[in-house]
Amino acid sequence: MATPTMTAEKLHNFSKVCEILDRFDRLPSKIIPILQAVQEEYRYLPEEILTFVATSLGISPARVFGIATFYSHFSLEPKGKYIIKVCDGTACHVKGSSGLIETIQRELKLSEKEHTTPDLLFTLETVSCLGACGLAPAVVINDKVYGQVSNKQMSELIAEYKAMEA
Amino acid sequence: MNKAETITINGKVVPLEGEKNLLSVIRKAGVEMPTFCYHSELSVYGACRLCIVDIEGRGIDTSCSTPPRAGMSIKTHTPKLRKMRKTLIELLLANHDTSCTSCDKSSACKLKDLAADLGVKEIPFKKTREPRKPDLLSPSLLRYPDKCVLCGDCVRYCNEIQGVGAIDFAYRGEDVVVTPAFNKSLAQVDCINCGQCAAVCPTGAIVPRSEIDDVWSALADESKTVVAQIAPAVRAALGEMFNMPASSVTLGKIMAALKYIGFKEVYDTSFGADLTVMEETNEYLERRRAGDNKTMFTSCCPGWVKYAEQFHPDLIPQLSSCMSPQGMVGSLSKKLLSQTEGKSEKDIVMVSIMPCTAKKFEKDREELSRDGSPLVDYVLTTQELGKMIKEAGIVFEDIAPAAADLPFGLYSEAGLGFGATAGVSEAVARYASRALNNQELSSYEPVTNEDFPFWKEAIIDEDNVKIRIAVVAGLGNTEKLIEKINAREVSYDLVEVMACPDGCVAGAGQPVSYDHGIADKRKTALKNAGKITPIHCPEDNPYIQRIYEKMLGSKPGSHEAHELVHTKYQSRKRIDNDSMELAVTDHEAPVEINVCVGTSCFLRGSQDILSGMTAKIDQEGWKDRINLKATFCSENCSHGPTVTVGEKKMHKTSLDSVVAEVEEQLGLVTSRK
Amino acid sequence: MMEAVLEKIKEEVKNKKECLSHSIVICAGTGCIANGAMEVHAALAEYINKNNLPLTLTLKEELPEEGKDPVLLSKSGCQGFCQVGPLVTIEPNGILYTKVKAENAQDIIEKTILKGEVIEDLLYKEPATGRSCQSHRDIPFYTRQERTVLKSCGNIDPENIGDYIYSGGYEAARDMILNKEPQEVCDIMKDAGLRGRGGGGFATGRKWELALRQDTDEKYIICNGDEGDPGAFMDRSVMEGNPHAVLEGMIIAAKACGGTEGQIYVRMEYPLAVERINIAIEEARAHGYLGKGIFGSDFDFDIFVMEGAGAFVCGEASAMTESIMGRRGMPRVKPPRTAEQGLWGKPTVVNNVETLACVPLIAAKGAEEYRKVGTDGSPGTKTFALTGHVANTGLIEVPFGTTLREIIFNIGGGVLNSKGEIDNDDFKAVQIGGPSGGCLIEEHLDIPLDFDSLKTVGAMVGSGGLVVMNKSTCMVQIARFFMKFTQSESCGKCVPCREGTRQILELIDDVAQGRGTMETLDLLEDLCETVAESSLCGLGKSAPSPVLSTMQQFREEWEAHVKDMTCPTGNCKDLVSYAITADLCKGCTACKRACPVGAIEGAVKQAHTIDEEKCIRCGACVDTCRFNAITVGGN
Repeated sequence: MATPTMTAEKLHNFSKVCEILDRFDRLPSKIIPILQAVQEEYRYLPEEILTFVATSLGISPARVFGIATFYSHFSLEPKGKYIIKVCDGTACHVKGSSGLIETIQRELKLSEKEHTTPDLLFTLETVSCLGACGLAPAVVINDKVYGQVSNKQMSELIAEYKAMEA
Repeated sequence: MNKAETITINGKVVPLEGEKNLLSVIRKAGVEMPTFCYHSELSVYGACRLCIVDIEGRGIDTSCSTPPRAGMSIKTHTPKLRKMRKTLIELLLANHDTSCTSCDKSSACKLKDLAADLGVKEIPFKKTREPRKPDLLSPSLLRYPDKCVLCGDCVRYCNEIQGVGAIDFAYRGEDVVVTPAFNKSLAQVDCINCGQCAAVCPTGAIVPRSEIDDVWSALADESKTVVAQIAPAVRAALGEMFNMPASSVTLGKIMAALKYIGFKEVYDTSFGADLTVMEETNEYLERRRAGDNKTMFTSCCPGWVKYAEQFHPDLIPQLSSCMSPQGMVGSLSKKLLSQTEGKSEKDIVMVSIMPCTAKKFEKDREELSRDGSPLVDYVLTTQELGKMIKEAGIVFEDIAPAAADLPFGLYSEAGLGFGATAGVSEAVARYASRALNNQELSSYEPVTNEDFPFWKEAIIDEDNVKIRIAVVAGLGNTEKLIEKINAREVSYDLVEVMACPDGCVAGAGQPVSYDHGIADKRKTALKNAGKITPIHCPEDNPYIQRIYEKMLGSKPGSHEAHELVHTKYQSRKRIDNDSMELAVTDHEAPVEINVCVGTSCFLRGSQDILSGMTAKIDQEGWKDRINLKATFCSENCSHGPTVTVGEKKMHKTSLDSVVAEVEEQLGLVTSRK
Repeated sequence: MMEAVLEKIKEEVKNKKECLSHSIVICAGTGCIANGAMEVHAALAEYINKNNLPLTLTLKEELPEEGKDPVLLSKSGCQGFCQVGPLVTIEPNGILYTKVKAENAQDIIEKTILKGEVIEDLLYKEPATGRSCQSHRDIPFYTRQERTVLKSCGNIDPENIGDYIYSGGYEAARDMILNKEPQEVCDIMKDAGLRGRGGGGFATGRKWELALRQDTDEKYIICNGDEGDPGAFMDRSVMEGNPHAVLEGMIIAAKACGGTEGQIYVRMEYPLAVERINIAIEEARAHGYLGKGIFGSDFDFDIFVMEGAGAFVCGEASAMTESIMGRRGMPRVKPPRTAEQGLWGKPTVVNNVETLACVPLIAAKGAEEYRKVGTDGSPGTKTFALTGHVANTGLIEVPFGTTLREIIFNIGGGVLNSKGEIDNDDFKAVQIGGPSGGCLIEEHLDIPLDFDSLKTVGAMVGSGGLVVMNKSTCMVQIARFFMKFTQSESCGKCVPCREGTRQILELIDDVAQGRGTMETLDLLEDLCETVAESSLCGLGKSAPSPVLSTMQQFREEWEAHVKDMTCPTGNCKDLVSYAITADLCKGCTACKRACPVGAIEGAVKQAHTIDEEKCIRCGACVDTCRFNAITVGGN
């Protein structure tokens, strides 16, 4: 059942989408920044919204779907509140980022296929390089960068975030 | 041109004659060069890499993307190039669904042929992908993603030529697929079923849906009377499947084969075309007499009709209300046969043999049924008919011809002309001339529009006949035409639209051919067949006259004709998905507002209403009383923006009118001064 | 619009700077921010503001309060030595504090600013000798570099155009706009021999000239900031640390080819770069250096920013233009080249960030002066991201022609072994050029690094990632790592790259997991060759390089995997097994506790054993064992 807050959020989000479309003058060439902004609102790209965006810009939904699935930043499924990005760039890889990934997967019961926890709290992503090689291995949780993270620290970090939500 | 410019191909000097790419020069020189992704009418894509050549001084590059320069020296089949091509095929085959023996495309698969030509024996590479589900929901087309080589021909055809964009690439890298939006089925999106994707597909990744088994079952059912009709274009192409020259017309053999297979009666759709000429011309003249000066569009092409329903619902009233010829023959023959056979129409099975995949969709239209039973039960493509003939063990080359059955077996040259572009409009123009001027039209030669080379036009001005006609094929071109008509840059009385470039002869149901000149050959064959037809005008067809007398109220446009051979259209959702719920409350009796944001309504400002409404709900604190949803089509586009408030459907709405209605339904009108 | 006169601004900034008693520069590159630079900044500001000190804090050189000494607290871009960040520099003495924490704020103010004392604990100590270094000038990491492009990154406040102008910024652009013909500008770059830093090393001046020759109303200048090589972050540092240099480079490029609009395409992982570039663009517009009639001329040029959406392949010029036009970032076939037909079918020059940052330097000092550094074929300097098993990791800049030996052993401070100690004998290889590049070994250490010499040994400058590897690194795994990267970033358009890279990966896995034979290696080499020669774009063409290059340099190691079924470095988990030597095991249970999967059994003070079935070969036990009792061996 929809709660009033959900409703308010949906209304808010939708008027945001209209605003975003206007901000980019409904130019089909601006589809990528438009989708980025939409994803900012919803944390993912819902199918109906993509169809709406496609119709508004006068491009086919198949094309929009193609763009949304090409770029790794876009997600068609809801992402977690906390997005843990583990850098798997060369430097981080050499310094043990795969261990971090395994640790996170173990702690959050995620896998190669399952990236988001069922409670929509965490999403695990690996990125090719955060450009923070001096801090290898590096992890970013939402916008906060953690450098030279050990497996143990990683477990502690997760516990910290979990505690914040408890 | 200055002194002959040449290039050297495998040591042989070849002149350059303005070719855009090396590939064309190579092929001109008589060298076989394999390609998946190159089509002269589509943009250069350069993805299959099979047409690689060794250019002296430059190394290896694809010939499709390299402009020829005088003095170039290239090699096309060095051991290294052959090895690389073989590796490329092996890479494709590693994950290919190799159920070749049961594949519909088996006999015309480029991948299979190339693998054989290049001597591929064992695939040294592993299967790395999980099998992908085929898409089997569309009435016209089946997709098998595991047979796709991702050459993108279908995608570019659908986008560049048809302007539909029902399919596109999705995902990235090894996960790339060609798919409708959101991995839906073709049946759930704006595909118009023209099937040109299947026609250009080098493998069996997209194929027309086969109804052969259903037809065999119907034939085996003794309680049914199974009859057939064949479309004009079929006769000019079927022979290709039996190694007969592309210009042979095999009508007599087809009729004989159909009889042999077990069809009780065999008719000719060209009869329906004759009738269409009469009804459509009459409709056009009636519209003019009634003061309607808007462009009338033909409606015999089901791909175009669906396109119009989805993308131009506002044009629906301008579509001719005539059923397509297949519908007319189905409708009339079922009615007549039910009397002569003493059977219910349900027990008469009409099988259409069509060059077209969209006809398979058309037959399922609700409007093309009577008392819950379809006017056409099955549609076989030319390809399917060929397969049935083979399956029945008929030696097609040797079979003695037979005649079609009457009354729906006799036709005029005009009706036969429906098989290629300009045929319909020519027939209408000529009939109008005979009807209004009592004389034959002096000539009918549509010429390319000077400003817009996307369509042809024929401006007729002879005594009482003043008709401006546009003839357009391919929906991309059609879209441009509609744009210009709407912008009042051009004006036409009648527009003939065919979804497939070149018209029905090049329909996606025709035998697979990679010969670019094939459509012209079929057109010529059809034209020649028309010339030897004894009857030239539909109104001279004695059976047309008889059917009018017996069944259609003796004249075109009669009440009976409207009952039996005219139809309706509906605006259509482009994509099957849920409405966007913007405000949902669990209040026991909420007022539900549905705002249509489909293409047409959207242009009319439905979004302003939506955002205005969301603001209003917020501002007035109506959150817990209202369900606000955005839907993708309320299917009433010509009167948009369409908004439903509670039970009330409102057209041409504005924010104020919607707010007023909501206040009324919330019972706020009196309390709010 | 009326442009702000450079000399006037310069004078104003100079006057303000002269009033300052001290300035504290905090490195605010991504690395230092992650280590808490902003907290240090806040703590310093708070300490000055809250305590009644004879100091007044100023953030942008405002006029000082009467009777108090003004202290400027400013942020700089990345100074390159991220490993020991946050870095705090105190001028005028140039004292450099490393690993500064918020709690050091009081000491820094009370001791260094007010009393002029140096806080010994915060100084950088050379790992090899333990020697304290008081300023940049004492640290070999810096002294052995030639920082020109990066110089301003650590000096100026990237969010303050005045700082850039003070350092001479925008003078070159103004000169080019007002006093030079487009062809002359191209000629300067050609004479200077500037080559694209993005990887290929194509001559910038020639690229501009090609675009200049196209006769169209619109031309585009794109700055390629989609730096995506794993292990490279030079462009990020320049965009974050000196965004105006990039803008100035683009303005000069626009003049050279008649550019009408600029686009900066920045990777989405670089939010700080986007933010700073946007600030810089706003400032430049407000000053009349971007927009209509820039520098008071009749030349119009403006720049917009586009954020990438996560696709490495968009670093390829034609894919980038596709992406800017709102399409899937799939490279298209060439010709026509982007410089002839790019964005919206118009001539488009795509230059890399670092290249553009070099442009104003060359325009300012002239081709001849520029050529004094570097080699004949590759003049100037090049930035590298030095990472991996090396003592000093970070961002460096050296003249072309510098040897790897100088970079790794002097600037980098030497190779680290797996225990983290400096051990130069443990050097195995250095990977250069990221996923498009190759591995260089001992015998290559003395070749001068430049575009051409690297090609002769099967590597490339690429975007400039330098990953040092010690002997514990498995070359099969390194090849796999890069191949996995390219494979997952392939756009999927052409057959060889889409299908080929995947199959290469499968074949490497066969080798790494004990299913390989000598035939596997042959097939692998053949396939690599096909992919390299038949792919559509540079991504696919260079994808096999890391595999081919490691196979060439470390043939024996590859063969060991298939002939002996062993991984000499013990990295390929399927080819190794862990065992506890009973004689050496003291039964301390440390390994048992460390094992994440409970694969180790054994009572206290008794020899432990490893259950091979359960063991996931993570190596945690080896790291914890203090008695070297756990051995890693072949299967």
